[in-house]
Amino acid sequence: MHELSVTQGILDIALKNAGERRIKQVNLVIGQFSSIVDDSVQFYWDIISKDTAAEGSALHFERIPGEMSCRSCGHVFRPNGETFTCPSCSSPSVRISRGNEFQVESIDVE
Amino acid sequence: MSTRIPVVEKILSANDRIADRNRETLDHAGVFGINIMASPGAGKTSFILKTLDALSGRLKLGVIEGDLATSIDAEKAMAAGLPAVQINTGGECHLDAVMLADALPALPLQDLDLVLVENVGNLICPASFLLGTHLNVLIASIPEGDDKPYKYPGMYMGMQTLIINKIDLLPYVPFNLEYFKQGVEALNPGVTTFPVSSKTGEGMDAWADWLVEKVNANRNNGK
Repeated sequence: MHELSVTQGILDIALKNAGERRIKQVNLVIGQFSSIVDDSVQFYWDIISKDTAAEGSALHFERIPGEMSCRSCGHVFRPNGETFTCPSCSSPSVRISRGNEFQVESIDVE
Repeated sequence: MSTRIPVVEKILSANDRIADRNRETLDHAGVFGINIMASPGAGKTSFILKTLDALSGRLKLGVIEGDLATSIDAEKAMAAGLPAVQINTGGECHLDAVMLADALPALPLQDLDLVLVENVGNLICPASFLLGTHLNVLIASIPEGDDKPYKYPGMYMGMQTLIINKIDLLPYVPFNLEYFKQGVEALNPGVTTFPVSSKTGEGMDAWADWLVEKVNANRNNGK
């Protein structure tokens, strides 16, 4: 499990951007292909944000589903975990177009 | 009332910055670094030992051991006369750039051509944490099954060289190489691939020759 180091990264970024202000909410954008467990991050967050400007703040996760696009016909689809073949034209030549996001999008401060 | 401050910063950006510094350290010393990743049981350890054999006398090597289960490896490498460092990951599931930054000064980088970093055996997150090495190598193996690119796309996207190990088992294990390669190709088009068997030695020369060329090309670029 690497959620603790990830959570520490989120806290560092949030505090750096908040300046002196109290943080009410941190808004995260997490793609499906980024391996992270929301509940664990929230658990660590409550612990490590104690005695910082982020104490008592909420984490908001925006989940981005994985999406692929076909290099042959341009069709956009969600992979089913068993094959990446284009469901429209059966081409195996596809690429991931969404789902790699892993960032702090914004913070809400008082 | 609350105010929204736009941030848009990658969560692992701090790690990435340290990885950049690691790369500078390696480049400054003229050393090529590779990060070897695989699931537990893919044969990382025996593959590395075979690689050390194949490169013996051709490149000056150092080893950084991150795998939890193989603390014996650093000793083996040292017994073979190679400078080696064991990283204690403290139960972490991956190496990160800070751990590598701590380990690099323990190696005589000025005297080396190549540093092999053995990551923690895990098919989920090591590729998300850049180390600053020049090359991420993923070792897949036949007994793992042909569906791994589909189940662990992050790892197959985050590597630049693929080793398919244990090919001597292909006649005995159901493994559809075409299906496997289709998944790899979708995630990582045109990736350099070496089918090998650490056991029989098949394919090891091709991999070692390619690596020597890669290391030399990198050194010449740096000069």
